[in-house]
Amino acid sequence: MSARTGVLTEGRELRIVGFLCNWCSYGGADTAGVARFEQPTDLRIIRVPCSGRIDPLFIMRALVSGADGVLVSGCHPRDCHYAEGNYYARRRLELLKQFLPITGIDPQRFEYTWVSASEGARWQDVVTKFTNRIHDLGPAPRMQGGSGYDELCLKQIEEGVKQGAACPCHKERAL
Amino acid sequence: MSTLEQLKEQIRKALPDLDVVIGWEQGYDAMHATPLFIREEADIDRLIWSPLCVHSLGTYLTGLTKSSKVQKVGLVVKGCDSRAIVQLTQERMIPRENVTLFGVGCSGCLSHARLEYKVEQGGHYVEDMHAITFNGDKVEVAVDGGVESFDFDTVCLEKCLTCRFPNAIATEHFAGEEVPVAPKREKAPSLEAFEKLPLDERFAFWQDQMRRCVRCYACRNTCPMCVCRDHCISTSRNPHWVSQEASTAENFMFQMIHTMHLAGRCIECGECQRACPVDLPIMLFRRTMVHAVKDTFNYVSGADPEATPPLLTFKAEEDNINERGW
Ligand code: SF4
Ligand code: SF4
Ligand code: SF4
Repeated sequence: MSARTGVLTEGRELRIVGFLCNWCSYGGADTAGVARFEQPTDLRIIRVPCSGRIDPLFIMRALVSGADGVLVSGCHPRDCHYAEGNYYARRRLELLKQFLPITGIDPQRFEYTWVSASEGARWQDVVTKFTNRIHDLGPAPRMQGGSGYDELCLKQIEEGVKQGAACPCHKERAL
Repeated sequence: MSTLEQLKEQIRKALPDLDVVIGWEQGYDAMHATPLFIREEADIDRLIWSPLCVHSLGTYLTGLTKSSKVQKVGLVVKGCDSRAIVQLTQERMIPRENVTLFGVGCSGCLSHARLEYKVEQGGHYVEDMHAITFNGDKVEVAVDGGVESFDFDTVCLEKCLTCRFPNAIATEHFAGEEVPVAPKREKAPSLEAFEKLPLDERFAFWQDQMRRCVRCYACRNTCPMCVCRDHCISTSRNPHWVSQEASTAENFMFQMIHTMHLAGRCIECGECQRACPVDLPIMLFRRTMVHAVKDTFNYVSGADPEATPPLLTFKAEEDNINERGW
């Protein structure tokens, strides 16, 4: 078992957030724990009532705020405790998955899957695979800095004024 | 009778039963149109119809139809504008029975941003443009005592190049001839170009762009599908989705909120990007989502008043979702 821990060789810890539904996947993680299956340690689990509760913006917010990977897991289709929550979730999560590349965020950093409460071994497999993947990708790039009129911004404005109509503020207009 | 004359005639007949009809009039200079609120017959004379009539007037609807002073609203709509009304109807966001639509066929609207860019490239100041004529495939602009001529396709809104709905749909009235459906491009050229970049360059691009956002919320306020008004989660303190700190990351988060809330609803009108005072190319986000919705659910927003938007329904076995099996 080659489960890696949360600390990279450079000593930086990776942050992986897991959104798990209360009835299946959280139970599955519990089953894996009770069975003492070895698991990587850098997943922070957030328990939600149902995968249908997961707004794709939870995932976006996590990624923007510094998560290096986000894993979502719910009940298998047809097994939702609330009958259809995961069907709605599947549609939203799939759109997010397809949308991510345009932002430059690697879509590999987000995954959604289904694990039932009895599938302790499957949970171990999912979490290990996903953690390994995020470790291979390394820390996620972050949006840096404030906008507003900080030094760099003022310098750009000054240059722009000098350039007149060729100012860089207008560069996107060609699009 | 010209399209405009027909339109005026239709409005004149319908006005007694309506509290207000919204169209466009000449704006503060020769280059701009501005929304016109027709309340009395005399106002009808100021109505115009030209490629300057860019605004999607449906954006007023959700506010107006909640006001106690206004019961019945009329709207002049182009093809893309009418899709906003159809989508709002599908979502039961507006009392459709209180809305009367005056449809027109549209051969494209002017992108002020693209035109201004070209005029500047030609060594002129935008402020010196003082007349504009639309002449078939050409646009002629009087600037600095001379005349500059451009191909319409190079200065029209990008959405017009890919438009599949030039004629207003599901309207009560229609003025003029229907325009042939002839999209010039499959996909928006800016998106095509952007998709050639590797992920890290895309991220760097947004880092650079989102930094410039001034969080004026014009993109949201002008969006005909943003119906939440004072309850938008981008500006609410509870829940507190976005910090009031104007950092690049928070600006980006705001764009993510808008894009996600428009998933399966955005009708690609491009109003958000047009309204942006710093010309952020945020339609790249919206268009990507529109393509994802089309590819996955074969759904086009605002095209069919009877259809159920894709995120309000599901199939037990989805046709196009490959659940990566792990
Ligand atoms: S997000 Fe932009 S393109 Fe989409 S409906 Fe709103 S204003 Fe139009
Ligand atoms: S961004 Fe979202 S919450 Fe805000 S107005 Fe638009 S749809 Fe509503
Ligand atoms: S209109 Fe442009 S500057 Fe204003 S909030 Fe939207 S993206 Fe930012």
